Amino acid sequence: MNSAPALLILGVSVLFILGIKLLASPRTARAGNLAAAAGMLIALLALHHPGGDSVWSLGWTFNRTLIALGLGLGLGLGAVGAYSVKMTAMPQMVALFNGLGGGAAALVAGLEFRQPVHESEPIIGGSLLFAVLIGSLSFAGSGIAYMKLEGKLEKPLTFPGQKILNGLSLLAILGLCGYLLSHPSSSPAFLILGGLALFFGVAMVLPIGGADMPVVISLLNSFTGLAVAADGFALHNLAMIVAGTLVGSSGTLLTLHMCRAMNRPVKNVLFGAFGAGAGAGAAGNSDLAGRAVKPIQSDEAALLLANAQQVVIIPGYGMAVAQAQHQVRDLSEALGQRGVEVRFAIHPVAGRMPGHMNVLLAEADVPYDQLCEMEVVNPLMARVDVCLVIGANDVVNPAARENPESPIYGMPIIDAARARTVIVLKRSMATGFAGIENELFHRDNARMLFGDAKATLQSLVTAVLAS
Amino acid sequence: MDTDLLFIFTLTVFIGFELISKVPSMLHTPLMSGTNAIHGIILLGGVLVLTDAGTPLEQGLGFTAVVFGSANVFGGFMVTDRMLQMFRKRKP
Repeated sequence: MNSAPALLILGVSVLFILGIKLLASPRTARAGNLAAAAGMLIALLALHHPGGDSVWSLGWTFNRTLIALGLGLGLGLGAVGAYSVKMTAMPQMVALFNGLGGGAAALVAGLEFRQPVHESEPIIGGSLLFAVLIGSLSFAGSGIAYMKLEGKLEKPLTFPGQKILNGLSLLAILGLCGYLLSHPSSSPAFLILGGLALFFGVAMVLPIGGADMPVVISLLNSFTGLAVAADGFALHNLAMIVAGTLVGSSGTLLTLHMCRAMNRPVKNVLFGAFGAGAGAGAAGNSDLAGRAVKPIQSDEAALLLANAQQVVIIPGYGMAVAQAQHQVRDLSEALGQRGVEVRFAIHPVAGRMPGHMNVLLAEADVPYDQLCEMEVVNPLMARVDVCLVIGANDVVNPAARENPESPIYGMPIIDAARARTVIVLKRSMATGFAGIENELFHRDNARMLFGDAKATLQSLVTAVLAS
Repeated sequence: MDTDLLFIFTLTVFIGFELISKVPSMLHTPLMSGTNAIHGIILLGGVLVLTDAGTPLEQGLGFTAVVFGSANVFGGFMVTDRMLQMFRKRKP
C-alpha cells in the first residue's frame, strides 16, 4: 500500500474513534454519528484492491454495475427502514441492521474462501472460518431477536434435551473448524459449517426471554464487529479491521455494562438459566394471588398528583407499547405548571434496549435534564410524595431486594415502594417479562390504576389541568 | 500475513474498551445503534468480493453482500441520527 491511501485510512480510523467518543455524551452525540458517517464515506471512496489499485479506477464492468445497483438498493432499503420505523420499534430496527451486517460478513467470508490464497496461509483461513461462523450466527440470532421484539415469538422456547443438542452442534462446529483448517479446500464442509452456525444462532436466542433481548442484540452487535474485523484480515483491509474491532471491543464492554445493570452474569443470560428459575420463583410467590390490590380512579389519582410536592415518574415497556410518551410529557408539564417537582427515573434496562425510555421521552420533547438515573433517584425516594409507575414491572419489583428465592434477586431496582404513595398504571395484573408476580402492587401504599396508558394519562392530564 | 495487522487489531481492542468506559445509560441505545452502523463497513468487503466475482453464483452472493452491507451502513447512520436529533435541552 502506498502512503496516500494509508494516510486516508488513518484519518478514517481517527474519525471512527472520535465518533464513538463523541457519541458518549449527549451534547456531542449527533456530531459523533456524523463524524463516523464521514469516516465511512471516505473509507468507501478510498477503497483499494488488495492488489494495490483503487477499486473505483478500474474500467466499467458488469460487476461494477452490480455494485452500483447493490449500493442503491441498500441505501433505499436502509433509508425507508430508518425513517419509517416508529421510535418504539427502534430496538427491532437495530437488530435487523445488525443481522444484515452479520449476513454480509458471512457472505464475504464464503466468497473469499473460494479464492485459493487462504490455503497457503492458515491465519487467513482461520479468519475466514471465524467470520463465516460468527457472521452467520449473528445473522440468524438477530433475526430471532427481531421476531421476539416484534412479539411474534415472545415466550422463551425450551424443550427437553435442548442444551444437549446445542452442545452437540457446538462440538460439530469446532470439529468442522479443525477439519477445515487441515483441509482448506473442502467447500462442502465449509457450507455445512455455515449452516450449523445459522442453526446455532437460532438455537442460542430461542430460549432467551424477550426482556433479555437488549443484552443479546448488544452481544450480537459486537460479534458482527469481530466477524467484520476477521474479514478485514483476510482481505488485508485496515479500515475494516479497525472499524470491526472497535465495534467488537466497545460492544463487548457495553454488553457487560448491561448485564451488570441487571446483576446477572452474561452466561446466565445466554444459557437460559433464567427460564428455569422464573418458574420456581413464580410458584414460590403464588400466595400473593389471593391478596387483594387497591384500585384507584383517575380523578383521585390526579388529585394526589396535583397536590404533591415531589413526583417521580417511572416509565417502562408498557409506555412504549401504548405509545404514551407524549401524554406523559403533557402530564409532567401540567404538574410542573402547578409547581410540582417532576423527575423521571430511568432504569438502565427498562424497555427493550438500554436507554430505550430516554429515546422515547426525548422524542416527546421531555428535556433530558429531567431524566434521572436509578442511582440518583433512589436515595431521594423516601421524600417523594407520589411515584407514578407507567407500564414498568420487574424494574420496581421489591422481590429483587428482599426475596432471595426470586429469580431477579440481586437486580438493582428503582425503589418505588419507598415513596409515600405509589400509583401503578397498568393494563391488567399480568406479569412482566420475567414472568413473576410483583409484590409492590399488593403493598399498603400502592394503588392500581387500570387501563390503557395513553387514555388514562390523557384523563389524568385533563383532571390535573382542571383542578 | 504481516504482524502489523495484529498490532493494529490488539491496540484497537484497548481503544474500544477505553471509549466505552463512561457512558450515561441514556445514550446506550444511540451508541449501540451508532456502532452497529460502523460495522456496516463490511460493505467494503462486499464491494471487493463482487469486483472479483467470476461466476453468476459469486455475483449473486456478492450482490447480496453489497445490498446487506449498504443497508447496514446507510440505515444505521440514518436511524442513529434520527434518534439523536431528539436529544435536546428544554427550550427557553
